Amino acid sequence: MALTSPATVGGTAARDITAGMTKRGLDVRGKLVEAVLVGLLAFSMAVLVTLVVDLFVRSWSLWSDRPWDFITTNLNAQNAASAGIGQAIRGTLILCVIVTVIAFPLGIACAVYLEEYANKGLFARLIRVNVRNLAGVPSIVYGLLGLAIFVRLLSGINGGRNIFAGGLALSALVLPIVIITTSEALRAVPRSIREGALGVGATQWETIRSHVLPSAAPGILTGTVLSLARAAGEAAPVLLVGAATGLLRTGNQSFWEQLQGSFTAMPVAIFSYARQPGADFRAVTAAASLVLLVLVLFMNAIAIALRNRYEKKW
Amino acid sequence: MTATSPPIRLTTQPRRRRSDKIARWAFRLAAVATLLVTTLIIVTLFRDAIAFLRNLADTDDGLGSLRELGWFPRRGMFDIPTLLVGTLLVTGIAMLVAVPLGLGGAVYLAEYARPSVRRVIKPILEVLAGIPSVVLGYFAISFINPQIVVRIFDGAHRSFTLAAAGIGVGILTIPIIASVAEDALRAVPGSLREASYGLGAERLQTTFRVVFPAAISGIVAALILGISRAIGETMVVAIAAGAVGGGLFRWTPLQPGQTMTAAMAALGFGSDQVAGDNLAFPSLYFVGLLLFVMTFLLNVASDWLVNKVREVY
Repeated sequence: MALTSPATVGGTAARDITAGMTKRGLDVRGKLVEAVLVGLLAFSMAVLVTLVVDLFVRSWSLWSDRPWDFITTNLNAQNAASAGIGQAIRGTLILCVIVTVIAFPLGIACAVYLEEYANKGLFARLIRVNVRNLAGVPSIVYGLLGLAIFVRLLSGINGGRNIFAGGLALSALVLPIVIITTSEALRAVPRSIREGALGVGATQWETIRSHVLPSAAPGILTGTVLSLARAAGEAAPVLLVGAATGLLRTGNQSFWEQLQGSFTAMPVAIFSYARQPGADFRAVTAAASLVLLVLVLFMNAIAIALRNRYEKKW
Repeated sequence: MTATSPPIRLTTQPRRRRSDKIARWAFRLAAVATLLVTTLIIVTLFRDAIAFLRNLADTDDGLGSLRELGWFPRRGMFDIPTLLVGTLLVTGIAMLVAVPLGLGGAVYLAEYARPSVRRVIKPILEVLAGIPSVVLGYFAISFINPQIVVRIFDGAHRSFTLAAAGIGVGILTIPIIASVAEDALRAVPGSLREASYGLGAERLQTTFRVVFPAAISGIVAALILGISRAIGETMVVAIAAGAVGGGLFRWTPLQPGQTMTAAMAALGFGSDQVAGDNLAFPSLYFVGLLLFVMTFLLNVASDWLVNKVREVY
């Protein structure tokens, strides 16, 4: 048999290619796949919409009945009619303040060290790997850390089961997120900005303080807001540390006494209410979920808007 | 002779040099603090897990309590396989939900969507990532279980099922898989796509025969990361899977069940914390150690794959 002659092969190939390129009509398979992909994406979006609508419908009776009362009254997992989220909102706000005070300076400083001081060294590599791994540690493990270390550390105040232990556990949880987002923001600042400052005789610290950090500020802010949202929505670490789930009476203690006592937070309140079997707790849980969801999504939206607004092309 | 002007002092004043030095040490200290967190986690978990195993070995049943009929910590039955099976079922169901939705979204965003569409959809996907897990846990018992699981499968438990928890966890995992996979797809250089189009391939062929294989290690990394998150997810399972006190060893997603995280949650939460002298509470640390080691290995694998993509392009 003769080998296939080039002319034949070339001829067939040429015909196929011409046909392929001049073929008219719809690319059915391609359109179908695109439609499927759009469908998958739309389904994910639909989940979000269903979630919000479902929560809204379920909690409607409560919102029309006693909206202000619900937002201000105390945690009460025994009686749905007098259950509220007042203490929970306050607890979440205080937790956010603690995270802001502890995790942000520490995280930003660590990122500055990684990006500005120690770029290639072995120590820096170790820290980088460490931070990436910390970011993947499940949140409940941070709860164990809080339970074993922070609660013991703070045992002088109310046996350690107080809001500071919860805040420390959440700070450890968001620390890697703060570091990673800040690192990205610092990396986006071009070399020339640093060289400009160093060139006129600034020390490295002065360069960082007056040039690098201000240039990276929007990016850093985005990261911090995102991690605050994360901290506000996390339940497991706070619960393990010992947040109150049943009934929390604060009476007329002073603010400082309340800080030292038992505490609760929004996700903890939702968890407590969701575990109650009665049908009347459905509306309470849905309403509390809606409040937390709106709060967290609002923070996320701010962060994303900040990023889009200040996204610089140097 | 002309008078020479006094020489300009080019050395930095001592005060400024000192503050520079202090700043350097402060930053380094912050970096060391992150190491401290890891060290504390590892030391705590190992120390308390080993203490638990030691004490368990001293009981009548000894280490045999780690293989029992089920996970009933208050009765001294610490059947780890029960928890592993529960975790496996939840993670498997979560992946059935999250892989098609996450990868589909990623492929569409990276290869099909026009920039204007992408600018709108990407933030919405990020918002999905922000849903607190307690809220999704509540959604799982209030909507997913009664409206989806019970309707599709006969004989499913009316209030709590591992399947509902798995679907909930899956929804939480979608954005993680989507964003890592999208990064991997977008890291594939445009020249590969152009070469493919130049040979007459259509978008479909370019996407699935050229870009997808080129990004495969990044996509696998996304899947591994998703699995790691699903294993570690706590609140959805703690709320939606039901079995608070314990659970029998069984392979069914349509009944209440216990995962590693849910078991830890049940042991450690608030007023439920089991008091001192029995072994139920310390078993928390043993399960925690298992969880930590599993997610750690998965994260390292995922990290390694992501770096591989970065090296290639």
